[in-house]
Amino acid sequence: MRYLPLTRADRAAMLDTIGASSVDELYCDVPEGALLDAPVDLPSHLGEMQVERDMMALAAKNVGASSVPSFLGAGAYRHHVPATVDYVIQRGEFLTAYTPYQPEIAQGTLQYLFEFQTQVASITGMDVANASMWDGATSCAEAVLMACRATRRKKAVLSGGLHPHYREVTETYCQYSDTEVAGRDGHPEHQASAEELNDLIDDQTACVVVQYPDVFGRIQDHTQLADLCHAKGALLVVVFTEAVAFGAVKSPGSFGADIVCGEGQSIGNALNYGGPYVGLFATTQKLVRQMPGRLCGETVDQDGKRGFVLTLSTREQHIRREKATSNICTNSGLCSLAFTVHMSLLGEDGYRRLATLNHENACKAADAIDAVDGASVINDNFFNEFTVKLSKPAAEVVETLVAKGVLAGVPLSRLYPNRSDLDNYLLVAVTETNSDEDIAALASALKEALA
Amino acid sequence: MNFTTHTGNRGLVIEEQLIFEQGQPGRTGVDLPEPAGTKSRLGGLDRDSDVGLPGLSEPQVVRHFTRLSQKNYGIDAGFFPLGSCTMKHNPRLNEKVARLPGLADLHPMQPESTVQGALELINSCAHWLLVLTGMPAVSMSPAAGAQGELCGMMAIRAALDARGENRRRVLVPESAHGTNPATAAACGFTVDSIPATEDGRVDLAAFEAKLGDDVAGIMLTNPNTCGLFERDVRKIADLVHAAGGYFYCDGANFNAIVGRVRPADLGIDAMHINLHKTFSTPHGGGGPGSGPVVFSEALAPFAPIPYVVKKGDGFHLVETADEDDGMQPFGRLKGFHGQMGMFIRALTYMKSHGADGLRQASGDAVLNANYLLARLKDKLSVAFPGYCMHEALFDDSFLKDTGVSTLDLAKAIIDEGFHPMTMYFPLVVHGALLIEPTETETKESIDQFCDAILALVAKAESGDAEFFKNAPYLTPRRRLDETAAARKPVLRWKPETA
Repeated sequence: MRYLPLTRADRAAMLDTIGASSVDELYCDVPEGALLDAPVDLPSHLGEMQVERDMMALAAKNVGASSVPSFLGAGAYRHHVPATVDYVIQRGEFLTAYTPYQPEIAQGTLQYLFEFQTQVASITGMDVANASMWDGATSCAEAVLMACRATRRKKAVLSGGLHPHYREVTETYCQYSDTEVAGRDGHPEHQASAEELNDLIDDQTACVVVQYPDVFGRIQDHTQLADLCHAKGALLVVVFTEAVAFGAVKSPGSFGADIVCGEGQSIGNALNYGGPYVGLFATTQKLVRQMPGRLCGETVDQDGKRGFVLTLSTREQHIRREKATSNICTNSGLCSLAFTVHMSLLGEDGYRRLATLNHENACKAADAIDAVDGASVINDNFFNEFTVKLSKPAAEVVETLVAKGVLAGVPLSRLYPNRSDLDNYLLVAVTETNSDEDIAALASALKEALA
Repeated sequence: MNFTTHTGNRGLVIEEQLIFEQGQPGRTGVDLPEPAGTKSRLGGLDRDSDVGLPGLSEPQVVRHFTRLSQKNYGIDAGFFPLGSCTMKHNPRLNEKVARLPGLADLHPMQPESTVQGALELINSCAHWLLVLTGMPAVSMSPAAGAQGELCGMMAIRAALDARGENRRRVLVPESAHGTNPATAAACGFTVDSIPATEDGRVDLAAFEAKLGDDVAGIMLTNPNTCGLFERDVRKIADLVHAAGGYFYCDGANFNAIVGRVRPADLGIDAMHINLHKTFSTPHGGGGPGSGPVVFSEALAPFAPIPYVVKKGDGFHLVETADEDDGMQPFGRLKGFHGQMGMFIRALTYMKSHGADGLRQASGDAVLNANYLLARLKDKLSVAFPGYCMHEALFDDSFLKDTGVSTLDLAKAIIDEGFHPMTMYFPLVVHGALLIEPTETETKESIDQFCDAILALVAKAESGDAEFFKNAPYLTPRRRLDETAAARKPVLRWKPETA
């Protein structure tokens, strides 16, 4: 087997040194009858060529998002990833390293984490960021738990504009810690005002969670909400699913947010059918010791040279055990590296321009869709994603368009299966990857399907 | 030759500034078309200030990250016996397959008809895990091992709630990984620690004495964090079941027994599997991981959404609780459907090895560890008697009176060109050194490592503690001041204020 170097002679010599007669003898502590004497009922080993063929056969049964005009978003976005990104993350020194437990020989990982934290803090407009979380939804849940710790309160108000997966994960994380989760799912034609959310804040409310842009694509100024939260001793958590947006819109930090977290997939990472992605998590200097997850900090070595280490680990499970701020152990290492490399390539000009191109393409698509009979764009404003009301159930229309070779978007019924009032709404995301021809193909296919 | 260079560089080891210190306004590493100048529809929230990102060209970015990479030690570069982490070879075929457009370029919300291959792949990966563990059900959603623990313990909590029982105490051996107690606490349980015996296993009598009608279950790592098989595991399972509790097995060390022992035969109710440890997905400097959880019949109904089922000739993704009769999911653990990219790599690895190769892999891992143990046991102090599983554990008593600590020895090992072992874990052993060679190492590399360790121990015994206190000498950075880093945390770069 190509991954196993021991020869028959090696094994014999090693058993001899050990003083054991067989490998089975080394398993002598396994209870009677539990040690298998033959391989389990699964296929035997295969050569590289055969495995590759088998996996390619599985891949061939899928429709790649880039093989057709494609407009899906709802928390995962298709962007162009520069070739440099994949080259860097496949370098063995990054790919096959682990958590930088020995900082003297892990400065590569540590320095990029420090750069990553700085980039995340910069785009969100916050003081500090951690070294990443598992994904946007778990970041949201951890933000709520953190707000509860920081305020010593036990209730979170979730805005209706929050992605339903983020809501569900937050509810899952809170269900066994006596934390109340308030607020209901939203509607694309009703947007909760700061006052409406304010009415849900009481003296037990740790935080209000809003999404920006929200799940329906709307953009709202949350400055007033931040003030209302702070007046009642609650924190404002701003969640995002599209990290490219902050190249075009004001940062959540400028509203006075206390925690900003969300999904970083759209920078540097492929769609990957939903994972692995990378959770971004930023906060204010004041709250840094309440943060979950790993943090990388600057220091000096014994020769006085600048270097980096993991720090403030007294918050973490390996030191604090049941009193840790979170049970999280790893971060999303390679995905955060992909983010860092892509962001480094973009730089100020590239990041801002990428965001502008996304927005302009979305404007183009919105106009083209709005011109179709039976389709109307609901949003007054949006970044690169908006909600369309159709004259027919959106899931049916999406299926019809699959047959026409177009991935039209995400029907809200997929996100809200128990909300029949949302059946006719379609969420459409448009990025720099969508050409004018893609947009024309979507509009004309919609026209046929809705006729 | 001890001299300083003008640049501070030392041959191939090149000093590298932060990207934020290298940027120039107007430079970029991407070529994007000129925007058309469309009037924005951003609701008046157009960004009106700079983000603060540096501008670099593509070659600058490539050079920057290449230089950073050269300050990292990885498995590809050398022996990496970091105990409890299983730093085995990461096959490049896995990486190639994970990047096939028909797998990497799939949106998680695509209609089912367009992702049948993806759903089949998840189902197939699940099938391998079920057969290898002998268990009836598996949840593929957990994002990492720690979330797998959360998944298992939440299922236990949900099952207890469904029984209407208010059991809140979870028994956790004191040798457990820190995520175990942290996870139990996150599920609203209290943690009760079980002591270890002289031979590094759960103290059965102490365990039995702690059982009661308020016990939700036990979280037991097997093989355990001392690298030993819990020989009383079946008795533990029977006892906890008889007391009305559940058996959560931390499957972090499944790599030692895969293909040879099925956890189902040991009486477990739930176990997570770290795909990076047993099935070679890359560690990536700290993730991404993936932690599927296998369940017994008793816990299967409480598994989280979503999950894949086969219906007729097609695969179907169940995303809501009420779609399938008999299931009472405790909720959703992450966005979308799990770490697909890791399933692809793990399945590629499993198919490469096959049932026969996986069995050989676990056997070789255990053989390598025992060989290392045999080579070092006379000079180092073995923590517990007998054979080990996939890793060998030593305490620091062999360093007594040398003035050298486990940390000092580890730093000197770095200069010898190896990644050190895990230090100071598990906590039950004083100054622990946990060494895991993995099955992908040659006998020659293990011999080199053992020779180096033995030479260092001889040096320590000869009274040269000062040498160790200042090691490493040959690394891009020497010992870093972690106390200063924590006292006044600097967690980001900031422009120098004029």
